[in-house]
Amino acid sequence: MKNAVGREIPKEALAVELKNGRKYEPYHGKGYRDGKYIKKAGPTSRIYQKPQESKLLPSIRDAIIATGLKDGMTVSFHHHFRDGDYIVNMVMKEIVDLGIKDITIAASSLGSAHDPIADYIEQGIVTGIQTSGIRGRMGDVVSHGKLKTPAILRSHGGRVRAIEEGDVHIDVAFIGAPTSDEYGNARAVGGKSDCGVLGYPVVDSEYADKVVVITDTLVPYPNFPPSIHGINVDYVVKVDEIGNPKKIASAAARMTQNPRDLMMAENTAKVMAATPWFKDGFSFQTGAGGPSLAVNRFLEPLMDEKGIKMAWAIGGITGPICELQRKGKVGKIIDVQDFDVAAIEDIRTNPNHFEMTASEYANPANKGAFVNKLDFVVLAALEVDIDFNVNVITGSDGVLRGAPGGHPDTAEGAKCCVIVTPLTRGRMATICEHVVTVTTPGDCVDVVVTDYGTAVNPARKDIIEALDKAGIKHVPIKELQEKAYSLVGKPDDLQWKDKVVAILEARDGTILDVVREIKPYEN
Amino acid sequence: MELKAVGTAGTLESSDVMITLEPRDSGGIDLTLESSVLNQYGRQIKAEVLASLERLGVKNAKVIVNDHGALDCTIKARVECAFYRGCGCDMDGRFDWGGVIR
Amino acid sequence: MSIPRPKPERFRLRRTMMFMNAQKPGLIKDAYIYGADSIMLDLEDAVAENQKDSARFSLYHALKEIDYGNTEVIVRINGLDTPHWKEDIRVCVAGGCDGIRIAKTESAHDVQVVDAAVTEAEKEFGVEVGRTLLMAALESPKGVLNAVEICQASPRLFGVALSGGDYRKCMQVKVIPGGIEMLFARGFMLNAARAAGIQCFDTVFTNLNDDEGFRAEVKQNVEMGFDGKSLINPKQIQIVHEMLAPTQKEIAEAEKIVRAFREHASEGVGVFTLDNGKMIDIAFVPGAERVIKLAKASGIYEGDL
Repeated sequence: MKNAVGREIPKEALAVELKNGRKYEPYHGKGYRDGKYIKKAGPTSRIYQKPQESKLLPSIRDAIIATGLKDGMTVSFHHHFRDGDYIVNMVMKEIVDLGIKDITIAASSLGSAHDPIADYIEQGIVTGIQTSGIRGRMGDVVSHGKLKTPAILRSHGGRVRAIEEGDVHIDVAFIGAPTSDEYGNARAVGGKSDCGVLGYPVVDSEYADKVVVITDTLVPYPNFPPSIHGINVDYVVKVDEIGNPKKIASAAARMTQNPRDLMMAENTAKVMAATPWFKDGFSFQTGAGGPSLAVNRFLEPLMDEKGIKMAWAIGGITGPICELQRKGKVGKIIDVQDFDVAAIEDIRTNPNHFEMTASEYANPANKGAFVNKLDFVVLAALEVDIDFNVNVITGSDGVLRGAPGGHPDTAEGAKCCVIVTPLTRGRMATICEHVVTVTTPGDCVDVVVTDYGTAVNPARKDIIEALDKAGIKHVPIKELQEKAYSLVGKPDDLQWKDKVVAILEARDGTILDVVREIKPYEN
Repeated sequence: MELKAVGTAGTLESSDVMITLEPRDSGGIDLTLESSVLNQYGRQIKAEVLASLERLGVKNAKVIVNDHGALDCTIKARVECAFYRGCGCDMDGRFDWGGVIR
Repeated sequence: MSIPRPKPERFRLRRTMMFMNAQKPGLIKDAYIYGADSIMLDLEDAVAENQKDSARFSLYHALKEIDYGNTEVIVRINGLDTPHWKEDIRVCVAGGCDGIRIAKTESAHDVQVVDAAVTEAEKEFGVEVGRTLLMAALESPKGVLNAVEICQASPRLFGVALSGGDYRKCMQVKVIPGGIEMLFARGFMLNAARAAGIQCFDTVFTNLNDDEGFRAEVKQNVEMGFDGKSLINPKQIQIVHEMLAPTQKEIAEAEKIVRAFREHASEGVGVFTLDNGKMIDIAFVPGAERVIKLAKASGIYEGDL
């Protein structure tokens, strides 16, 4: 069956069983489930009526045993420690050593720090993966059909929805935290490896049957105000190190000096400034990549020129937006994840820099997340096609190596979604006829800014009119794609086997696309 | 003009390709291709390399192509440079622009 | 595949001439996107001594296969004191570049030697004789002092450029804000160029972190009368274009002159008075036309001339 972005969704994908019995549907278009109702799926939670002095257990192994984790269960993790994370590998090693098998990992995201999981997939111990990001060796083995069930890839908001709706049920959540007290009140600052905020695992702590907090810095009770509340936590474990601080908090994100990125960033800022939403009190999110990040710098003079300020910024936060706030140009920063030391330092000291949960950030099924009030979002892409569909997950070799993250959430929510990307990368045409995998549907993407010109989604007549009025040149996206192919040649189609290795969920839980097992290239 | 020794040109930088040509007496062209865009452009890269070698009159050689997303114009340039280096040509000699180099 | 290029125009607009290493595929494939009037693919200093051959192959295929559109493509060849320049010229002409920048030019003879080699190459490769333009880079006191003869050395020559790095070394001076150390060279070269009726370009500004210093230098260039500037980074392009753009007042004045001249010329009148009482004759027209051209290139001209 073809879905609303023209992708053939095979029966075997539609037949994948969700925990709550909900049947998969193909993607129907933007806003499809608006106005419908969900019944939230609560956890089975142990009563702790008799006072206990402490929830501390001596080791991760003891905690796993105490939770009663068994074959076939689902465990969850978060990705606030990014490439510096030790938690996933430590916990999974103990699970495997205990002989527990048929495990599904439901993480907010997974990255290159988690290469050892690829072995467990190949050994058939890990049989399910539900995540936003999948990279490195894990992406490789999944793309080569080694995972028993199709991986389910969701946006950050889509994950919260899936957990709340019961599409996935977490048996045990393992939540790494920079600091915790003996009752599991956990915070993201004050330890050896601060990560700034802990917005993603809040839903895990509320919907998992058992919750284990793992920290390397125990602090006196009560560790307040907490991100993860002790009332939701069963056990606390102290380990030597939860992660590598250098990789958890990367050095302050530096503004790119690449002239191509700077040019695109400047053009993006000009596009934003030409739209009706660029007025006092506007809201903004941008990515941490080169050109997206550099937009911050070009916005400032345009804001000054017009005498306006930004009311709030959200997202994964980096130093440059904090700096803009220090100059008095931004009202509040609402933060779901920190990407650099500057952002972490800022949230420690700045009273107008707040933490939010993943649900508050991006969940399409709550009563109005931040993304719903967002004016502008600037995002990157691996590929954009002539229908404005975006791919951020599969590389040009068809292998999984990315993460939808908040991309589909912010794109659908924001009044103006701008994708900024070079026309080609090496020999890869970024603007192409058909993206390898649709991760953000074209009906949510409004403007594409490249180094060879800007294209506006023809559905956005209002934006076209605004750009024309401001004298900003734009071209049909087909023209950009043809230019790209004239430079790099038309790519050969990728060769796939039949097996579906991953399902790309839209944020509302319909199926946007599937990824099949890649056929090795025959030289 | 004949390939007498191993000739190499290009780099491993993005958008470039490193070509190594090794002469041999018989057995035709033995091409090994590694590329960051193998699945989408492997066929075209191979064709481009073989066409350049044919123009240059190379019939027997071991050819190693290590590509990082080079465009056709770069692929040709590196094959030709590797060839003339393997022939032991004077780098400032008179080359056949527009002839076999095209 | 071969991209045809129109016949180069000797006196086109050349506000910005950006250097690019001809050996770097990632740079040369689309150097035109930043909007420089001219790009200069470099076979000289940017290319290591043992990669001169490799750079020529890259250059040849880039010239043949990359569509540079309206951007002028100049190639900087190796100096006449090296073994490389002759083959550099052959590849430039065979590839069909618009012009050649002669490095370290010290005399009219240098230009003429290159001119002759270019003519020979044009004949060899079946290129229209005279198609390939030349510009001379003056990099030493000797070159500067011989600017008068250099500027008149060849009908192919569209301009001269100062190359500050080497010149300053010869003069034993540093870069001085305000440019006192270059005052004579700039002024003398400008006079020589204008006397010969060719264009004149200033040297590169290398401190990429000093935006203010760059703007100050461009301002001085404009005030002294340079046609344009050599650049090393794309981010410098827009700044030069902005600072060279004429004001709306200048545009309006230029429009009046051009229009009035056209009207009077059709009536056979050569000298006339504008409404502000200013006397105008044919000598004012090229300047006015240049202003309109600049305004168009700067994207600020809305009239219909």
